[in-house]
Amino acid sequence: MAEKVLTTPISAEDLEDIHVGDVIYLTGELTTCRDVAHRRVIEEKRPLPVDIKDGAILHAGPIIRPLGGDQYEMVTVGPTTSMRMEKFEEAFIRETGVRLIIGKGGMGEGTMRGCRDYKAIHCVFPAGCAVVAASCVEKIIAANWKDLGMPETLWTSKVRKFGPLIVSIDTHGRNLFEENKVIFNERKDKVCEEICREVGFIK
Amino acid sequence: MTKQEAVSRMTDTMAKFVAFTGKRLPDDVRQKIAELAAQEEEPLAKSIYQTMMRNQELAQKLNRPSCQDTGAIQFFLKCGSEFPYLGELPSLLREAVIRATKDAPLRHNAVETFDEYNTGKNVGLGIPSLFWDIVPGRDDCEIYTYMAGGGCSLPGKAKVLMPGEGYEGVTKFVLDVMTSYGLNACPPLLVGVGIGTSVEVAALQSKKALMRRIGSHNPNPKAAKMERLLEDGINKIGLGPQGLRGKHSVLGVNIENSARHPSVIGVAVNVGCWSHRRGHILFDRDLNVTIDSHSEVDF
Repeated sequence: MAEKVLTTPISAEDLEDIHVGDVIYLTGELTTCRDVAHRRVIEEKRPLPVDIKDGAILHAGPIIRPLGGDQYEMVTVGPTTSMRMEKFEEAFIRETGVRLIIGKGGMGEGTMRGCRDYKAIHCVFPAGCAVVAASCVEKIIAANWKDLGMPETLWTSKVRKFGPLIVSIDTHGRNLFEENKVIFNERKDKVCEEICREVGFIK
Repeated sequence: MTKQEAVSRMTDTMAKFVAFTGKRLPDDVRQKIAELAAQEEEPLAKSIYQTMMRNQELAQKLNRPSCQDTGAIQFFLKCGSEFPYLGELPSLLREAVIRATKDAPLRHNAVETFDEYNTGKNVGLGIPSLFWDIVPGRDDCEIYTYMAGGGCSLPGKAKVLMPGEGYEGVTKFVLDVMTSYGLNACPPLLVGVGIGTSVEVAALQSKKALMRRIGSHNPNPKAAKMERLLEDGINKIGLGPQGLRGKHSVLGVNIENSARHPSVIGVAVNVGCWSHRRGHILFDRDLNVTIDSHSEVDF
């Protein structure tokens, strides 16, 4: 199992040797970006106020503590379900040139195509581990689209060895969660048959 | 102690207890996670478990909620009809949530429906949710607290089956949820199954099943057998931590049941994520407190 630290800016070449199931880490800049921000970029054609070309986004809604002025502290920041952004992600990758998308759970066909065609990857940060994630944040360096409220603001942070990040979609057209689902469903059918033989309680 | 003093004391205790349960998992969950982690051999699954355990240590050390989704707060009460503060409970529990939200801090998770705005206080119409069992003659009050996160609430499902589908149909219903929505709900999951007549009976039981300790069993031997069959079966599917494959899938399967109308079998599934933030606290009539969900309570 390969282990690697990516540093922003990330190039297409940096992603070539990364495959689904690898564990990687991120150092550099990371911007939280979720439902409404995706909708604004794709449906409303508004430019993202942060340049994330060759950069990284995190599907997340953190708990932030304001420190006064433009200073903020990251209290906890765990990933949210990536599948909610599936509808927009292929176009989002094309429009923004983002290279690394971090979230929770798998994504679908569109994101797989976006990652393959424009050279990006999707990774999973272990969900529920929000304090570990916050401890990888050195500082919050920008807050954009604050009108969206605390969870949906684009919080740009400087992070160091942010991870572990498990690669779920690589640039080679593979999608770990979709591959796993096939295996899980095969096993489920067998398990179902076994259990059904023993629960004929209505006679 | 005047009634006012008593209410203020109980509010304070509940506010502190709710905040505490967001930072420390109950004993049975911690034990089970350690047990499953120790049996894992895949490097990826092992590394995920290590991160989970490091997260819980950090949450305690830094005194922060262990997961950013601190849920919509739910209370399951078994309140004695003679408990002196029964009538004060709805307002004092609401106040306790407001206070815990500020102190912990908890995320603001109450969005008013139709008007679609976040109240910013973590309380709203029906949040916190209170589910009552009044116990005639008793003078104490037992409260289960639960942080219902978005991820673990999403797989919830209920359906009324025809008797012809039998417990075989129940089995298929539960397994289908595991490999679809269950996958993204932060396994290893605690699975609650409710069986009865109509959907709301089954659904409430499926949630109450999640309040039961991991490793406990339904008193009916056949239901207990089905708990074990489902637990072993879902484990064989091998969802692993975070649905990324591994030796196990679940923390356990708990079934709660009631009698059913002869024409139907109502079934519901509810899941708890690995970060199953359940607390159990008991007040006697003088407000002496017993907490049996967590052994090391420090608030």
